[in-house]
Amino acid sequence: MSEILLQIDGREVEARKGMTILEAAQSAGIFIPTLCHHEKLEAYGACRICTVEVEARGRKNLVAACVYPVEQNLVVRTRSEKIDRIRKMILELLLAHAPDAFALQDLAKEYGADKDRFEKEASFCIHCGLCVRYCAEVKKKNAVGFVDRGTRREISFIPEIASKECWNCKECFPLCPTEALQAAFVLTKALFSP
Amino acid sequence: MDNARIDRIIDKHQGEASSLIQVLLEIQSENHWLPKEALERVSEKLQVPLTRIRHIATFYKTFSLIPKGRHEIHVCTGSSCHVRGATRLLDTVQDLIGIRPGETSSDLRFSLETGNCLGCCALGPEIVVDGKHHSKIAPDNVEDVLKDYD
Repeated sequence: MSEILLQIDGREVEARKGMTILEAAQSAGIFIPTLCHHEKLEAYGACRICTVEVEARGRKNLVAACVYPVEQNLVVRTRSEKIDRIRKMILELLLAHAPDAFALQDLAKEYGADKDRFEKEASFCIHCGLCVRYCAEVKKKNAVGFVDRGTRREISFIPEIASKECWNCKECFPLCPTEALQAAFVLTKALFSP
Repeated sequence: MDNARIDRIIDKHQGEASSLIQVLLEIQSENHWLPKEALERVSEKLQVPLTRIRHIATFYKTFSLIPKGRHEIHVCTGSSCHVRGATRLLDTVQDLIGIRPGETSSDLRFSLETGNCLGCCALGPEIVVDGKHHSKIAPDNVEDVLKDYD
């Protein structure tokens, strides 16, 4: 019924009301890179790698495709010099945390990001929140969560819950784009069961 | 902190999950810190996951997950107090109670923090104990101020 017509990379795309730009692009077979997006989870908009340029009523704006709802006659560009530059910067910053993550390395190749541009701060976690949200929204166990804030923010398991639930689940492990999660779990296990 | 006191605070807020921060604030001000057992009790009663409570409790500086003393001392190290000798004042406080900023004395009497401008620049150097401002404090009369708190 309420069909919305918009333009993505010069192509006319049909979408339903309430869809995001990312969903509309995916339904039309247009690729937008994502790191923190998962179809089973609420959109989060943390990694900003899906940044696209939208043009509505003559104004250009940069938005995160995974959270921006489609609008009638919206003009979306998923690749441009500006967007590539932004994605390259985001990747270089993320690579300072997780230089060996395959998901990041593949994207880095695409956008020409240099993993040595910024001084390494190998926390291995890029704060995509996939594990935290998957545990809360899909499994409803809340075994893992974020603690602290700013540069000290990190994921942390609650040992009492983790020792009961995680052993048989571990479904969040393959979600992690950097394998930091597994390390956090191993650490929790080591601290909790001597 | 026993469960009865926590329950009383939670009941005051009708057990609403949206009152989580208010509940934590009241536990913090009564108990001076948030013990793990208290967080577990709050989680159970308000039906909020422990991960979320920990996220909030570690986010705000007001909350402490480690024991704090009965009296909280803030020494101002802002620019105005600094030029009026806040460093010497801080040294004296540290010597008197034997702890550094961020620490708590072993008898749980004092916790010490520094603050960058506590708001009374004209009255510096100042220290704030349990929210009460003591202004124009010289290192020599710190002891007089602190002896009233035990």
